[in-house]
Amino acid sequence: HHHSSCLIRRRMSAPGMWGPSADVQDPALGTTIMAVEYDGGVVMGADSRTSTGSYIANRVSDKITYVHDSIYVCRSGSAADTQAIADIVRMYLGLHSLEAGKLPEVPIAANILNQICYSNKNMLMAGMICAGWDPKHGGCVFSIPVGGGIFRDAYTIGGSGSGFIYGYCDANFRKGMSKAEAQQFVKNAVSLAMQRDGSSGGVIRTVTISKDGVERDMTLGDSLPNLRAHWEP
Amino acid sequence: GFSAGTCLRTMNSLHAGAYDPRMPAAIMMPPAGGFSAGAACRSAAVAEPSTRTQQPIVTGTGVVGIKFNGGVMLAADTLGSYGSLARYLSVPRLKPFGENTVVGGSGDLSDFQKVTALVDELIRYDDAHDDGCHLSPSDIHSYLGRVMYNKRNRFDPLWNELVVAGYKDGESFLGFVDLIGTMYKDDVVATGFASYIATPLLRKAGTNLSKEDAKKALEDCLRVLFYRNTKASTRIQVATITEAGIDICEPYHLSTYWGYKAFEHTEYHGHKK
Repeated sequence: HHHSSCLIRRRMSAPGMWGPSADVQDPALGTTIMAVEYDGGVVMGADSRTSTGSYIANRVSDKITYVHDSIYVCRSGSAADTQAIADIVRMYLGLHSLEAGKLPEVPIAANILNQICYSNKNMLMAGMICAGWDPKHGGCVFSIPVGGGIFRDAYTIGGSGSGFIYGYCDANFRKGMSKAEAQQFVKNAVSLAMQRDGSSGGVIRTVTISKDGVERDMTLGDSLPNLRAHWEP
Repeated sequence: GFSAGTCLRTMNSLHAGAYDPRMPAAIMMPPAGGFSAGAACRSAAVAEPSTRTQQPIVTGTGVVGIKFNGGVMLAADTLGSYGSLARYLSVPRLKPFGENTVVGGSGDLSDFQKVTALVDELIRYDDAHDDGCHLSPSDIHSYLGRVMYNKRNRFDPLWNELVVAGYKDGESFLGFVDLIGTMYKDDVVATGFASYIATPLLRKAGTNLSKEDAKKALEDCLRVLFYRNTKASTRIQVATITEAGIDICEPYHLSTYWGYKAFEHTEYHGHKK
């Protein structure tokens, strides 16, 4: 059962592991996802590849999923698990905001997500990033890795492709970037990951969330930033 | 679009332990008399999330602790490792509870967040009695020990090694609890990798230490751990508990030394002068 997160191998006896159809597996999000806090909100980014073994089942997937008006989650791991989890979080958040009478706060969304991922850790393969903007906390980014647990950071990266860009991100991230700088940082990072990770590719989708609302953007597969341009034709 | 009905069906296919706003987190099981494992003894009316023996995913490395004259001190780094990847660089692993107890956690960090939530709930329940009587560090040590042992018996452990430290009524307390319910108290405690490296170093430091001596001893241990443990980092925190209460300092970077002459040329090139 190959998953986006190549650091962990689980459920080695899953169907499809042995024999002629060994490389047919559950649709998984071999993925690069990230979210970055900037001065005024968050920028979330992801690639768009969903693979079933070596076959790309969807080359234009949308891995940045709405859970509330200004709170989105990035999904990595099993496509089925993460879609189901996002649907449930969306329901609970909607219910919560009806009862609270206001926009849900990002830490609340992230904690609901964590409760689901932690309580069901033995049945799920889901690495999620929950990010958004609310009036009380401004822009926030939370990482909920495989197995649950909730970790807040100024920025976070996830999915199989993230392993290839830890160096780039460590070297180039700055706190309190402007919106444009943060968007460029996300696009550069996801692009580098897509170039090196076979499980990531397609287009770069970004979602920018601030008090002014939500902006969705798509950088097409033939106009990705190429940071190797200066040494490679 | 989706309907709430679909979601509820999906939700019900996950364990009932998933987040449900109708279900209060603490089912009313007053810890009768002592502090038996409230979490572990919940009535079957609420199905506990059944997580069978797992594997730790995001982990913290060893915590070290030592008693000194007038208190106890704990130290740990702030790293959350994801396998060999140093993923989360500022995870606080020393948590204060009440006025006089600190619990340090190593092992699976999602389970340690659960431990933190359980102890918070215990303290809140106790404070709500408003009877002027507060839980001691020893009570929290017992509680955690019972929780861990009972969960171990159901093959559903919290994959942690914990240090419980505190100071009450003029007495220092330092105890250890692990994922299978082992509990003990000692002048010196270290978890995980640190139990191999730090325990002998801390025992050598002795029992009649000043606060400064204790801090130096703990820092020296964490330094050696950084030299010898692939999953350690130099960004550390120290927690001190005395009569005056709990003091957990801001994280700071530990210095390391690499300047020995012998470190310069370590390849063997035959006999050299």
